[in-house]
Amino acid sequence: MSRTAKILSLLFIAFWVLTAFVPALIAPADPLAINPSQAFQAPSGAHIFGTDESGRDVFTRVIHGAGDSLYIGLAATALGMGLALVLGTAAALAPRWLDEVILRVLEALYSVPSLLMALLIIAFTGPGVGPAIVAVGLSTAPGYARLVRSQIRTLKNSEMLEAATVLGRGTWRKVRNHLVPNALQPLLALVTLGIGQAVIWAAALSFLGLGTPPPAPEWGAMLSAGRTYLHLAWWLSFFPGLAIVVVAAGATLIGRALGGKVKAI
Amino acid sequence: MKLLAWLGRKVGGALVVLWLVATAIFIGVRLIPGDPAEAIMGGPGSQASAEALANARSEYGLDLPIVSQYFLFLAKLIRLDFGTSYSFKDPVLQIMGEVLPPTINLALMALAVAWLLALLLALLAMRANKFGQLLGNAVEIVAAAVPHFWLGAVLIMLFSSMLGWLPAVANGTAAGLVLPVLTLALPLAGFLTQLMRDSLNTAMGSQFALAARARGESRLTVFRRHGLRHAALPALGLTGWAFSSLLSGAVVVEAIFARPGLGRSLLSAVLARDIPMVTGIALFSALVYIVVMALTEAIERLIDPAGAES
Repeated sequence: MSRTAKILSLLFIAFWVLTAFVPALIAPADPLAINPSQAFQAPSGAHIFGTDESGRDVFTRVIHGAGDSLYIGLAATALGMGLALVLGTAAALAPRWLDEVILRVLEALYSVPSLLMALLIIAFTGPGVGPAIVAVGLSTAPGYARLVRSQIRTLKNSEMLEAATVLGRGTWRKVRNHLVPNALQPLLALVTLGIGQAVIWAAALSFLGLGTPPPAPEWGAMLSAGRTYLHLAWWLSFFPGLAIVVVAAGATLIGRALGGKVKAI
Repeated sequence: MKLLAWLGRKVGGALVVLWLVATAIFIGVRLIPGDPAEAIMGGPGSQASAEALANARSEYGLDLPIVSQYFLFLAKLIRLDFGTSYSFKDPVLQIMGEVLPPTINLALMALAVAWLLALLLALLAMRANKFGQLLGNAVEIVAAAVPHFWLGAVLIMLFSSMLGWLPAVANGTAAGLVLPVLTLALPLAGFLTQLMRDSLNTAMGSQFALAARARGESRLTVFRRHGLRHAALPALGLTGWAFSSLLSGAVVVEAIFARPGLGRSLLSAVLARDIPMVTGIALFSALVYIVVMALTEAIERLIDPAGAES
């Protein structure tokens, strides 16, 4: 990663962290304050992203929505990756038969498309933010787990680990000194790519009416609400979606700079 | 004989996967707190009548021990009896027969369009200068990062609201198909182009490409005779995943364009917590994925001479 790329990535991350934790710093207004006389204002100097059907400022809402959207995306990725680390590492280090069993289970989970799996889980749990996190996390876990497994297996059979074994190093020391540091970088790249995808999936669930409920300024929910007025006020759907694209594209760029390849997640 | 053995392995593997998916669903239903009969009928919110609950209890054998319930559930699935969808009031199998074709059509068309676009873009990128390369890179990344639900909305704004060229709702005509197919195809094309360009660059810079050029073949001929195959293989290996992501996208696209299909039926089944319908669709999409994977493997073996022997 070049120096400029590093600085840009850090700035990008810092911007979104700031937006997520202290949105009022960028958009001081109340994202829920309605003002019917100001409804459907096109983007202008006063409202750079325009106003929605209740006269709420879309820019304020997009900025305040970052917290919810990013939180769901991050939590889901953490859940998916946590599960994947356990399953993938277990499969890679386990005896052959157990590896085979875990692989079959992963293949079965992987064969149900991600969004369909998320919908399946919500059919059991009912809609909401918690279920959306679980649904997105669980539906991304099988893809991660397969990559973690192949990563650890490659390392397990590597020459440096063979050397460590020949030198009589203990298992714990081998895991700490060789497996973890060498698996970390690719996994970090994978997680970065995954966060972008998870933000999209989480927004998709809200868009379908299964995640964050409407009055909250969540990007997917805002887009869904704006869809009714698509012909009348394009800015209602355009800007929340743009925020998702910026986050997802940024995550993809950083993930690729970290050495992640575009793979099916 | 080899083909039969391969087919046998595939069918065996498919059965194991379907069994695992079915088992996961069985466990999922039993994990829902409260009365499983009520859960099958849509949860406490559905206010199913006492008679309907009694019917569900006897149909799913809910008064039997859990192991018998499990085998009863599997026995029904083997006979393709997915039960009756209580929100659609029809047998699940019959509904799926109606909603599957439009979705498969949509997905296949989007797959074809995405492949054509990706090949075209990869070919263009090969001939582009440095600025063109950079632009292509940016377009691919954005295309792959665009969510279907936003792309669909933007396309409607552009081509329907502003230009008035195409209908915003899938109305059964060819024109009504353009926007849904594009919405599904563009992000996938972004992914495929990235993959194809990587492998195309490797192939075109390799010894055999150089040798072909030295024999006097034009760059285009080298691309057609050698590069294309190498560009297509890794992307082809992703077809199973691509198809599965298209099915995911279909849920959103069918909702945006008010198009009937598997995705929309699934969405309304989930909103109504219609477990029999959801079970049927999950098993069906798993089956579709397995079939597509087997087909791609077969095609890969045909294209890749090295793969045929292993």
